[in-house]
Amino acid sequence: MSVDIATVKRVARLSRIAVSEDDLERMTGELNGILGFVELLSEVDVSGVDPMTSVTPITMRKRADAVTDGDKAADIVANAPNSDQNFFLVPKVVE
Amino acid sequence: MTELTNLTISEARAKLKGRDITAVELTDAYLSAIDAANGALNAYVTVTPEKAREMAKASDARLADGKGGALEGIPLGVKDLFATRDIHTQACSHILDGFKPKYESTVTQNLWNDGAVMLGKLNMDEFAMGSSNESSYYGPAVNPWKAKGSDEKLVPGGSSGGSAAAVAAHLCAGATATDTGGSIRQPAAFTGTVGIKPTYGRCSRWGIVAYASSLDQAGPIARDVRDAAILLKSMASVDTKDTTSVDLPVPDYEASLGQSVKGMKIGIPKEYRIEGMPEEIEKLWQQGVEWLKDAGAEVVEISLPHTKYALPAYYIVAPAEASSNLARYDGVRYGLRVDGKDIADMYEKSRAAGFGKEVQRRIMIGTYVLSAGYYDAYYLKAQKVRTLIKRDFEEAFHAGVDAILAPITPSSAFAIGDKELAADPVKMYLQDVFTVTLNMAGLPGISVPAGLDHKGLPLGLQIIGKPFEEETLFKTAHVIEQAAGKFTPAKWW
Repeated sequence: MSVDIATVKRVARLSRIAVSEDDLERMTGELNGILGFVELLSEVDVSGVDPMTSVTPITMRKRADAVTDGDKAADIVANAPNSDQNFFLVPKVVE
Repeated sequence: MTELTNLTISEARAKLKGRDITAVELTDAYLSAIDAANGALNAYVTVTPEKAREMAKASDARLADGKGGALEGIPLGVKDLFATRDIHTQACSHILDGFKPKYESTVTQNLWNDGAVMLGKLNMDEFAMGSSNESSYYGPAVNPWKAKGSDEKLVPGGSSGGSAAAVAAHLCAGATATDTGGSIRQPAAFTGTVGIKPTYGRCSRWGIVAYASSLDQAGPIARDVRDAAILLKSMASVDTKDTTSVDLPVPDYEASLGQSVKGMKIGIPKEYRIEGMPEEIEKLWQQGVEWLKDAGAEVVEISLPHTKYALPAYYIVAPAEASSNLARYDGVRYGLRVDGKDIADMYEKSRAAGFGKEVQRRIMIGTYVLSAGYYDAYYLKAQKVRTLIKRDFEEAFHAGVDAILAPITPSSAFAIGDKELAADPVKMYLQDVFTVTLNMAGLPGISVPAGLDHKGLPLGLQIIGKPFEEETLFKTAHVIEQAAGKFTPAKWW
């Protein structure tokens, strides 16, 4: 399978990465290179094989449903590019 | 003062305990070495001298009281992927611009609890995506090794290139690193150092910037096998904060050094004999076989038939997980923000400016293979292939093989800015052809220096073990180290 420029544009949009028109062509070539490489998998017969869900046969440990941490609003916004009174500030979303 | 930096961890540990040297002296020696070398080697992206001296002072007080921990006063470097409280933690990416976490990763906390001293944060490929350290926002780290008669600067490997360069150049006593597809073992091989990727689940992933969560695993890079054993003992733990952390006690790895490999069955996977493999690598591998035979091990040929599918499957699974993990970098909660006309525009501009080319590529591939209509053909298929890769190893171990001996890299270190590799991302990916299979199966692997090539550059061998049998790796690697000797670069920086 290979991708065309329109598909790369759509994937960039899904990835939330702005790609300039100039870069689209380069990226299409690179992505097709990688997709061509992984095409090797098509020769593997996987009928009846279960997909791997965990490398070690362990059941995931569960913790008690209890509050163990929190009350750290200032810590949480400490690295925010823009915050006010412990809120993250973003461009206006609702008109 | 400079001789102090030549001490291995085990040597420094004895001298510190005996009060022959102080932790402050040792730390100062490393800080001076970094000062003199980092301009040339670019191994550190941040040095923390005040923090280091403060920690060393506290270590000296504890040592004076006879209360020193297992790593008391040992100065270490930390890969920039590990969260360190209030200190630069950016995975060497522009998108984490200015990020200083308010928490500490479990692995680094374990080291500090044992008395280790932090010297600073080490260079790496951006988000651990790369095999040459060239995708770092801070520019490439430089390999302390140079080819005979050449002045060309070589890569230290990647993604843990800064860790490997700093350990090889004696800019720290040891370093933390991480391995998703070979990022501990390949740089260790390129720099003549020892690196171990433990079994998935052995070291907590809590507080380590995530790349591909089902593959990522932390481990040490050190100057010799003993130091690697000492570091892993401290880094590994059972951690309730990581649900994939395995509930098994951490053994004393150092105790396995010097144990006999007599009667062990070592597997040689015939599929690792790839087309175009340099004769030197083949010879080194054969030399490894001879060393282990001399030590009394039995060597048998084995087959891991799905080996060649590991790398293509990896380049579906890893980007898929990365595209999900890296969705969090949106310019809202931390890191870089580039303003836009609306919120979506802000996301897109921030991520375009913040992520480098290789990271963007992997996010795009990951997004594509997970998108509607392609999930089954790519992601599900790759996860099924992964089951087959793991089954290959299980069958070999079931047939009585105790460990597997293999090469680590298809060549010795290559030049920074290698045009052929830069032009074709897939060529760079092939660096991981011998290392990535283990990550896909969750198995442990150790990289140990085994010799120099015709250019005078280090080459390594890899030992692959059963899950949670790191002790077997340490004792086998120790046998190879005893036979091969240790390798130190000539100082030019």
